Amino acid sequence: MRRIVFAIMSTITVVVLLFSYHTSTSSVMVVGSPVVQRPVSPGPTSPGSTSPPLSSNKSGPGPATSKSSPATFTGNAADTRWGTVQVRITVQGGKITASEAVQYPQNNGRDAEINGFALPVLAQEVVQKQSASIDTVSGATVTSDGYLQSLQSAIDQAHL
Amino acid sequence: MSRRAWVQQIMGMPISIHVRGADVDSPELVAGVEGAFDLLREADRLFSTYRHDSEVSRIRRTELDPGHADPLVAQVIALCDQAGELTEGAFTDQLPDHDGVLRFDPTGLVKGWAADRAASLLADLPGASFCLNAGGDVVVGGAAVDGGGGPCAPWRVGVEDPRDRSRIAEVVELRHGGVATSGTAARGAHLYDSVAGTFVDRIGSVTVVGPCLMWADVWATALFVGPTSLPGLFSRVADGYRMISL
Repeated sequence: MRRIVFAIMSTITVVVLLFSYHTSTSSVMVVGSPVVQRPVSPGPTSPGSTSPPLSSNKSGPGPATSKSSPATFTGNAADTRWGTVQVRITVQGGKITASEAVQYPQNNGRDAEINGFALPVLAQEVVQKQSASIDTVSGATVTSDGYLQSLQSAIDQAHL
Repeated sequence: MSRRAWVQQIMGMPISIHVRGADVDSPELVAGVEGAFDLLREADRLFSTYRHDSEVSRIRRTELDPGHADPLVAQVIALCDQAGELTEGAFTDQLPDHDGVLRFDPTGLVKGWAADRAASLLADLPGASFCLNAGGDVVVGGAAVDGGGGPCAPWRVGVEDPRDRSRIAEVVELRHGGVATSGTAARGAHLYDSVAGTFVDRIGSVTVVGPCLMWADVWATALFVGPTSLPGLFSRVADGYRMISL
């Protein structure tokens, strides 16, 4: 994966996301993490950049794109007890302009129906909640498992 | 002022380092960040209870005499003793193993200790400020300056609402120091009350802010599991630290 170093152009905005919804089979509580977000401007590839162990996809503006062009960041797929969840966010002009779950539990028709409704609503909440401007989050110990990592990794990708 | 982030999975948790500075791509800075991650990996090798060959695992199996352990292990053992005395036993390094037997487990202190070690290395990076988040415990420092030559903006650390983790209950602004939170929201009942001999299963969390992340973390855990008299003790002896109870 090509590593692009992004120069930072303006204020940090943060989004805290919660995915909390119920399926037909169980109570689903998938918790999203603080999203530290920042507008990005492509810079040169750094020869000394550290490789993160996270294998997130990044599809964004090429080096010639202006800072207002949208960039998308996809978090790692995270296995939760209810199924695999993966999140993608779009950043433009320093704001998260879109958020969507690219993978989510749809083991049966009921799950698919509920998530088809719930995920767009929650994605909208991501966009709205970024007004809480913070750089990082302190909370009960986060482990490497779970959905938290998925969204956190999407966000960290924006700064890598 | 630019910002750059690194994330690695160490000690079973995501650890991110965010750096602000005029040149966040300088080889010196990149090497410093890598050195900080190296220190965290070294701590994992020595202290992990999940690694069969770590010194702590060998001590737990009584294969290694603590007196012959690595100097860093000896240092942590001494700090654990100090933490136990300071918190009147609310902090303990004797935790029930899978078989229910109490065994040496300093990992509750090691995370903050290791993060502080990494932070002291990051603090030496010229013209840069950093924010290290180790699985929800945060240490910040450094001395980046803004365009006008003054100190750059403080790091804004959101404290998660333990009852609704989509929300930020408090925001702590700081340029130097640590923010540690103990609670059951992420991992369930894993905090041990050594006096009662049980794992604590109440909701809520305790966050402690202060100059040193390790002591903030020790106090956050102690205050979460400890008796109702502990906040009084905390306010008397933990100079420079404050708690946020949620």
